[in-house]
Amino acid sequence: MSLILLRGAAEQGFLYALVALGLYLSFRTLNIADMTTDGSFTLGAACCATFTLHGHPFLGVLVGALAGAGAGFVSAVLQTRLKIQPILAGIITMTALYSINLKAMGNRSNVPLLRVPTVYSIFESHLPGALRPWSKLLLTGLIAAAVAALLIGFLRTMLGLSIRATGDNRTMVSASSIDPVYTTTVGLCCANALIALSGALIAQYQLFSEITMGVGMVVIGLASLIIGEVFSDLLFKSPGVPARIVFAILGAVVYRVIIAAALSASVAASDLKLVSALIVAVSISAPAVVDLLHVRKLRKEADRHADA
Amino acid sequence: MLTLERVSKTFFPGTANAKRALDDLSLHLEAGEFVTVIGSNGAGKSTVLNAIAGTFLIDAGRILLDGEDVTFQKDYRRSRVIGRLFQDPLSGTAPSMTIEENLTLAYLRASGRKPLLGLSRSDRAALRDRVAALGLGLEDRMGTRVGLLSGGQRQALTLLMATLVTPKLLLLDEHTAALDPATAQTVLALTERIVEENRITCLMVTHNMQSSLRLGDRTIMMDAGRIVLDVSGAERSRMTVQDLLARFGSAVDNDRMLLGRS
Repeated sequence: MSLILLRGAAEQGFLYALVALGLYLSFRTLNIADMTTDGSFTLGAACCATFTLHGHPFLGVLVGALAGAGAGFVSAVLQTRLKIQPILAGIITMTALYSINLKAMGNRSNVPLLRVPTVYSIFESHLPGALRPWSKLLLTGLIAAAVAALLIGFLRTMLGLSIRATGDNRTMVSASSIDPVYTTTVGLCCANALIALSGALIAQYQLFSEITMGVGMVVIGLASLIIGEVFSDLLFKSPGVPARIVFAILGAVVYRVIIAAALSASVAASDLKLVSALIVAVSISAPAVVDLLHVRKLRKEADRHADA
Repeated sequence: MLTLERVSKTFFPGTANAKRALDDLSLHLEAGEFVTVIGSNGAGKSTVLNAIAGTFLIDAGRILLDGEDVTFQKDYRRSRVIGRLFQDPLSGTAPSMTIEENLTLAYLRASGRKPLLGLSRSDRAALRDRVAALGLGLEDRMGTRVGLLSGGQRQALTLLMATLVTPKLLLLDEHTAALDPATAQTVLALTERIVEENRITCLMVTHNMQSSLRLGDRTIMMDAGRIVLDVSGAERSRMTVQDLLARFGSAVDNDRMLLGRS
């Protein structure tokens, strides 16, 4: 695997890491499997692409993230105020977003961003010549680091702690003056803003936005998150929030490296989602499988003692 | 401090299971009063506490807390000034958060800070001192996840969280019933000390008649959603468990109370 390939994988990893961080908020912190993800990722990309095409790359990134927060808000209202099951609420929003995303791209299924300025090209033009080949890696790394720092800081504030408590112990939450509707809403807005931010930055990175680019994003994000968790569990006895967040980013980079390796080993690109799905299914079910094997072993031993 | 005016609540109204849990109940607590509540299962003890905390809306009547009508206020709004402990020692703390994070949350909320502020260095030291005052040695484990603590430790921590910033009212719903006798004693002693030190108005449901007379300064007994006994002062201090049983035999037909265990 060449250095260029590795560098590209790291760049994409830093960007997709924002999806993993969004899922860290919704899936791990709030304990909600938020299917809005697939739609809000594309929404961020679609909004950003349209603005970028008209010469506003920075505004595009901002609008993309804000649109994602809006999508999160809709899902949150559906599941808190209107009492729709969280998974279904996400699917409803995701489905609605398909039409909205097409509209956001001017009723086209893709928007190419050729020969327009992007945040990457502007950043590169401000760098000295020697650094230019590394400009994308530098920028994406800085973005991931900044978002991680903000998220770690946020989760230490009263609002952040309230959001964590909401996913952890509902009884406690309403007995300690926290409105779970409010914390769930804020949490889902932030999560989807991060996910849409990732979509927006990816659109400018790959120089196009496409209606299907968010398909399977929940699974890809979870795969990154879980890879990160495996690493942090290996290195720390009981990893705290900062470790989880830093390792989620690392997990996203590792995931992209695995994908790059698979592609260079001539695995068909169309098989990648199958691989992602397997990673997630196997890693989430691993504890249950270990338990099953353990019980089977105990039984065998008990039988042997009974026979003896 | 707390006034319940002719409060009624019926669960499952209009069905065969309709149950009048609170029946035209009135109760007044002075500031600083510590009231114990006894009564058989289904007498409405927990229902009174839930009505005050706002777990459900009452059908009729009014609830006033420190002069403010809170009858239609949401539970999480009321809990800014009401501290609450449940029977389940696991229900009051967030297991995957550390001791310090749990306390920080309780402290920041109750002291009314801005939502995007964190904890200062002096706040952290103060929290540590408060934990040390529990006398359980938890001050050296501030970074430990609460899920790793025992039920008694968690209940003691919940008590501290509920009183970190002195609440206007403390509701204790059999908060020692799920603990082993020795731990229950420790938590009860802590409760007594904290309530006394801070002069907190407190309403405590208990199944232990002994401690219902020993703790606090007033005892009420409930039956079928009504208060059937309300004693304080000299009358109460003369009273024994036998008296309670003799005078209100019909209301105490429950083994747990007769056995007097907590």
